[in-house]
Amino acid sequence: MAIFVARRLLWLVLTMLGVSMLTFGLIFLRGDPALLLVPTKPGQQPDPVIVERVRKERGLDKPVPVQYATYLGRLAQGDMGYSYYLRRPVREVLFEKFPNTALLAVLIVIASLLIGLPLGIIAALRRNSLIDRAIVVYNTVAVAVPSFFLALLLIFFIAYKWQLLPFGGMGDPRHLIMPVLSVALPSAAAYAIFLRTSMLNQVRTDYARTASAKGLRPRVVATRHMLRNALIPLVTLISIDFAYLLTGIVLVEQVFGYPGIGSQVLIAVRNKDIPVVMGSVFFGALLIGVGNLLADLIAARLDPRITLG
Amino acid sequence: MASEATDPFSARPASTENRATAAGSPDLPAPAMAAPLASALGEREARSSRAWWVESLVRFAHQKVAMAAAGVLVVLVLVALFAPAIAPHDPAEQFRRDGLNDFGLPVGPSAKFWLGTDGLGRDMLSRLVFGARISLGIGLVASLLSVLIGVLVGGSAAMAGGAVDSVLMRFVDLVMSLPSLLVILLFVAIVGPSVWITITVIVLLGWTYPSRVFRAEILSVRERDFVGAARAVGAGPGRIFFNHILPQVLPLLIVYVSLGVPGAIFAEATLGFLGLGVPPPAPAWGGMIQTGTSYSRASPAQVLLPGAAIVATVICFNLVGNALRDSLDPTVEEH
Repeated sequence: MAIFVARRLLWLVLTMLGVSMLTFGLIFLRGDPALLLVPTKPGQQPDPVIVERVRKERGLDKPVPVQYATYLGRLAQGDMGYSYYLRRPVREVLFEKFPNTALLAVLIVIASLLIGLPLGIIAALRRNSLIDRAIVVYNTVAVAVPSFFLALLLIFFIAYKWQLLPFGGMGDPRHLIMPVLSVALPSAAAYAIFLRTSMLNQVRTDYARTASAKGLRPRVVATRHMLRNALIPLVTLISIDFAYLLTGIVLVEQVFGYPGIGSQVLIAVRNKDIPVVMGSVFFGALLIGVGNLLADLIAARLDPRITLG
Repeated sequence: MASEATDPFSARPASTENRATAAGSPDLPAPAMAAPLASALGEREARSSRAWWVESLVRFAHQKVAMAAAGVLVVLVLVALFAPAIAPHDPAEQFRRDGLNDFGLPVGPSAKFWLGTDGLGRDMLSRLVFGARISLGIGLVASLLSVLIGVLVGGSAAMAGGAVDSVLMRFVDLVMSLPSLLVILLFVAIVGPSVWITITVIVLLGWTYPSRVFRAEILSVRERDFVGAARAVGAGPGRIFFNHILPQVLPLLIVYVSLGVPGAIFAEATLGFLGLGVPPPAPAWGGMIQTGTSYSRASPAQVLLPGAAIVATVICFNLVGNALRDSLDPTVEEH
């Protein structure tokens, strides 16, 4: 177990090293990185005096390997750069919004499971029934709807047409319902279909046959025996889903004006506030990495057959 | 497998069955999943033979829903190709006199504007028709390039094996664990939006999934007898790859290009929606949704029509891709 965790942590560090090379490399795409770090209004040239000062301050007058080493050293200490636009450290900007985004993420995963698991179980138990077919159709449509479009649809019908929920903002828990559903509805569909297949894969296993042979009712075989094994691959799926989840959250935050990391990053993109965008890539990759690691540990915990090491 | 073939974005797979294996963590044993297609074909005829193609096509034609979806796609491609002939108006022309009402708001459907106008008094139908060019064009080009890179990388990994294989696959893991939207935003923030930047970033993040699929496929084809025979008569690795192995995985290319288009269309539409896609006044579906949101109360069609276009196109590509995959593999199980 310890070896497994150590290996995964090493891999996480290597991944983050790769991500740091990527973000560092990208700022050379347009030549002088100092020009990119200084915010400018569209159509205007940045003030050369400020550019020189930033170049000195960030060590951009040094050779490139030295610059990368400095960048890496700062990242290792948790310094993700400085936003000259907001006049604040990037870390502060991201950490401030992180709790909001994390809340959204947790609620989305919970909602996806609450909707997806029952649907998947019903579909597997009543194979080829009307419900089963309806779930397949629902999944086909749900995976084809971009989350921002679904968000707009929800706003239009639920908030505007039927006036069931307030639009956007934060504070009232009701404000969270539509953003969560915008990402959770398609996720739930994906989980339901996955669980259905996963359950059906268990039907012909020896243990399921034994359970049926000793006279257990099909429902008990399904929920007490098959479901447990079927859930394990689902944990892996959810872990893979973290990257999708992040994309969905960024868009949904934007549509609903939710004050999270996503809307902050989009403001930064619009203002050409590159350090914040760079920091968000690094932070996002770190979140995904840690999320995947946790999911792997949970899967290993659930399934003794998974050998760690 | 999954529609995330070219998937930097959140186009979830329509069929998630093999997703955990394909994208699963390298340290975990893969859950019991279907064997690669090539081994499923076993010692039957080689995949490039004519009889096999005909059989697959017949199997595909028997799937009514998929055939309907393929029909819709053919129509869409024709619409995109002949957009100038089909669109009633110039998509960028602003009809200030009859395209906007007295309050400066878009007008509804009429004999002149079949689907009404947008907030700048431009014909919706014409914009949708020309938008098909951008969405389908970017979707197909980005997906094709991603799959080609995927074949090359996956193929090199499978043929070389050993350290090269591990390094390449670890690199794939790394790219797959990137927060794709944020990386794309960083690219666009630095370089600025354009069609080619959109395609480039989609491909840069989208080649990973196909490379895993094709690595697995090529690994299993490599073990078949005819490859051994070619090796025995002295064919080099390059010749074996291009003459003997590549023809066997070509059919899969079509499947994964088709399954990769939704992800690419999503990415393009998302950038368009964020105002970072193809620069105006070019009509793209994502961008149309963005402009439409300002008028969605007065005329929801502004958002609904381009959104419906995206959803319909993505559904069709998923249906066709999945059906093609199933018909290429006669042993696939129906649950």
